[in-house]
Amino acid sequence: MLSVKNLHAEIDGKEILKGLTLDVPAGEVHAIMGPNGAGKSTLSYVLTGREGYEVTEGSATLDGEDLLALAPDARAARGVFLSFQYPLEIPGVPALTFIRTALNAQRKARGEAEITAPEFLKLARAKAADLKIDFDMLKRALNVGFSGGEKKRMEILQMAMLSPRFLILDETDSGLDIDALRIVADGVNALRGPDRAMLVITHYQRLLDYIKPDRVHVLSAGRIVASGGPELALELEREGYDKYARAA
Amino acid sequence: MSVATAIRERDAARLPGKRDEDWRWTDLRGLIRQVPPPSAEVDPATAGVGPFDALSDERVVIVNGRGAVHIGVEPGETKVVVLRHLSRGDGAHAARVSVEVEAGGRLTLLESYEGDAGGYLAQAGLLFSVGKDAALERIILAEDGAEGVTVSQAEVELSPGAAFAQTVATSGARRQRIEIRVAHPGGHAGLRLDGVYILDGKRHADLTSVVTHAGVDGATGQLAKGVVRDQARAVFQGRIVVAEGADRTDARMGHHALILSDRAEVDAKPELEIYADDVACAHGNTVGALDEDALFYARQRGVPEPQARALLTEAFIGEVVDRIGHEPAREIVRAWVAERLGG
Repeated sequence: MLSVKNLHAEIDGKEILKGLTLDVPAGEVHAIMGPNGAGKSTLSYVLTGREGYEVTEGSATLDGEDLLALAPDARAARGVFLSFQYPLEIPGVPALTFIRTALNAQRKARGEAEITAPEFLKLARAKAADLKIDFDMLKRALNVGFSGGEKKRMEILQMAMLSPRFLILDETDSGLDIDALRIVADGVNALRGPDRAMLVITHYQRLLDYIKPDRVHVLSAGRIVASGGPELALELEREGYDKYARAA
Repeated sequence: MSVATAIRERDAARLPGKRDEDWRWTDLRGLIRQVPPPSAEVDPATAGVGPFDALSDERVVIVNGRGAVHIGVEPGETKVVVLRHLSRGDGAHAARVSVEVEAGGRLTLLESYEGDAGGYLAQAGLLFSVGKDAALERIILAEDGAEGVTVSQAEVELSPGAAFAQTVATSGARRQRIEIRVAHPGGHAGLRLDGVYILDGKRHADLTSVVTHAGVDGATGQLAKGVVRDQARAVFQGRIVVAEGADRTDARMGHHALILSDRAEVDAKPELEIYADDVACAHGNTVGALDEDALFYARQRGVPEPQARALLTEAFIGEVVDRIGHEPAREIVRAWVAERLGG
């Protein structure tokens, strides 16, 4: 699935990723943990193609295809989805319109037929109910005036509707109370499957109680400095990032 | 300086230009060395179909400025009238239109400016009189040719309790100005003066308005939004004057523009002149680019860049379109906006 090799990336001439190597096979959930400033969000933006992040060395491929050569929307059409740490507000565009536009654009890029209006609404109603989102909220401008928790739930709704193959969750637990966290985690876990993989980026171990990872990596100063099973997350929670910060 | 006089007397020296404070961004004097000869007479039967024709059987068509026209609405009557101004060929022409809505009457005026590829100079002078408790909604779709010059000048007399609402949607012209001057009596009369411009190429559009609040308890709301690309230029001049004693006036003005290229230009002059003590007035004016973060967000979800830009721009303009009261006309304007933005 995802293969990142010796990735170096900089923003405004400052190197943030310094030789990051990571493999996430299909069917697995990997967590990336690390202190603030380690490069966690940079990794998510480099993988999704945000402007301003320059890759100076290394590669990132999805099923062997060079991701870095593709435009952000082309990456999305191939199944890359980023749940944003701070989802954007889109004034004037109802959530339903936004999601339908995205879904049909992805389908078109893949050479598939557009989803019909009744099919789309049926899907939206079902997924909204799963995530305990009031359907009327989807008629409002996307994320405008939504609480932090509502925005995160809206990210998961989009994820459920777009049905991506490679999911990146960037600090999805921030701003969520325990009930909302459970709903969001259920939504994410429902997408786990042999054909999908996930990268869960988080500062705290808490989210990993609900979304159980197969592997945990420690990102510090732009590189993966340690990898292990779920027990590594617990160790980090107990002992902090200090020893890895020193190692880096 | 009067455009109509310059056309009638074929005297370019009478055209307003950059030395006139009110016209400094829409310089006609510098553009037109010689007023063209009068436009050719055109058989109205060749006028074709206008953008609002489907919405009313009562249609007034003015081709190359011929004839003076009166549209009247009797007390208590409700009407939807289509008014088309057509410019054909290279000549100059001026037209006069008077519109009177008597007490308690309601008029929806669906107005269009339709130009061909000619280098015409057109002026339309409109006089509106809106009686007590009467309502007039004026919706203007201006689709001039790229070589045409059009000046539309409206004067509005509002009575107490009346409502006048206007929405202009324009794609500009070589030079184009759509101007309105409103004598606002207060007395719970309501006024809305909205506008949308979507300009590309070397097109120019000027939305100028002057509202004078003379009495207590008047309200004015104004929202203009636009998009300029290429080397296009937009001008917004909005002036609201609240005279001494016109207390409890509520006036709100907003103008917001997106500039989508380095060589496009927006000149804006929002002015509130307040001589009364007890008023609620606010204005906002912004000129900027599309939000790049929102653009990336849409692209991350799979929307290709041109479509993402169109989606966000349409939403930006949509706020003005949503304020149009007449629903079928609103949808026509919405479709026009979508087409102009290539969404």
